Amino acid sequence: MREGKIAVIGDKDLILAFKAISMEVFCADTKEEGEKLVRSLAKNYSVIFITENLAEQMDGLLAKYKTKAYPAIIPIPASGKSNGYGMRGIKADVERAIGTDILFNKED
Amino acid sequence: MAGRLQVNPTRMELKRLKTRLKTAERGHKLLKDKSDEMIRRFMEYAKENKRLREQVEKELSSALTTFIVAKAVSDDAVVQEAVAMPSKTLKLEMDSQNVMSVVVPVIKVQQSSSQDKYPYSFSSVTAELDSSIEVMGGLLESMVKLAEIEKTCNMLAIEIEKNRRRVNALEYVMIPQLEETIKFITMKLDENERSNIVRLVKVKSLIKKEG
Repeated sequence: MREGKIAVIGDKDLILAFKAISMEVFCADTKEEGEKLVRSLAKNYSVIFITENLAEQMDGLLAKYKTKAYPAIIPIPASGKSNGYGMRGIKADVERAIGTDILFNKED
Repeated sequence: MAGRLQVNPTRMELKRLKTRLKTAERGHKLLKDKSDEMIRRFMEYAKENKRLREQVEKELSSALTTFIVAKAVSDDAVVQEAVAMPSKTLKLEMDSQNVMSVVVPVIKVQQSSSQDKYPYSFSSVTAELDSSIEVMGGLLESMVKLAEIEKTCNMLAIEIEKNRRRVNALEYVMIPQLEETIKFITMKLDENERSNIVRLVKVKSLIKKEG
């Protein structure tokens, strides 16, 4: 049993909200900044939340962390409506495992 | 098709290949069963993942929107100051769990209990901020749970894919190859046997003729 910390990466306005509930926040506006942050945070943090639009740009890097148990890098919606990136992630997982998407098709 | 292995057609080789085939078939069956069970578990996690993500996304979006509004109506510095010193400290307890021999994370939140929900005095900030922070605080647990489940889903999906490759390699390459080689050796050995018999018969008749 180890202890871990939560980090949030996002743009400056949003991450303040997470700071209020005592997560540690890091601000990144561009893809490069975000990737740099993810690389350095991956060692020390067990859960990293990234805003969707940022995560979408860093898809390649995030895929690398998928195979390990820690850190868990999770996309979260920015303010307003979610752009569906997180849901697409689940869909991709289901497709990968089963070959076809049976989870989301049901509703259509 | 798979083609046969490059081996000498001997009895010893035949025996060895038969054992290998038995192992391969057994392994194939086991892996296939594992795959079935993993998919069943995965579907449970995926459904949970979807439900949780929908919930978190919905609540978080609205909380963040409220937060932005709160930030807009009050002074930037005031908001900065208000959230700068959180009232609670946050710790995660990380453990791991074995789901079908995939090591997945188990994460628990440990919040130091503090009486006040809000890390600031009410005089300076707006009610919007209060409500958004209250929602966020409530969301914390679901967000961590989401992290745990989503990670589990990711890892299971990757493992299922790998496992399927193994099953297919056994089913479509290894086992047919072994079967074909075994057939080849058996035929070769039978052929040798027959030619031996023919030779003996021939020699016998030769000896008869001379004698």
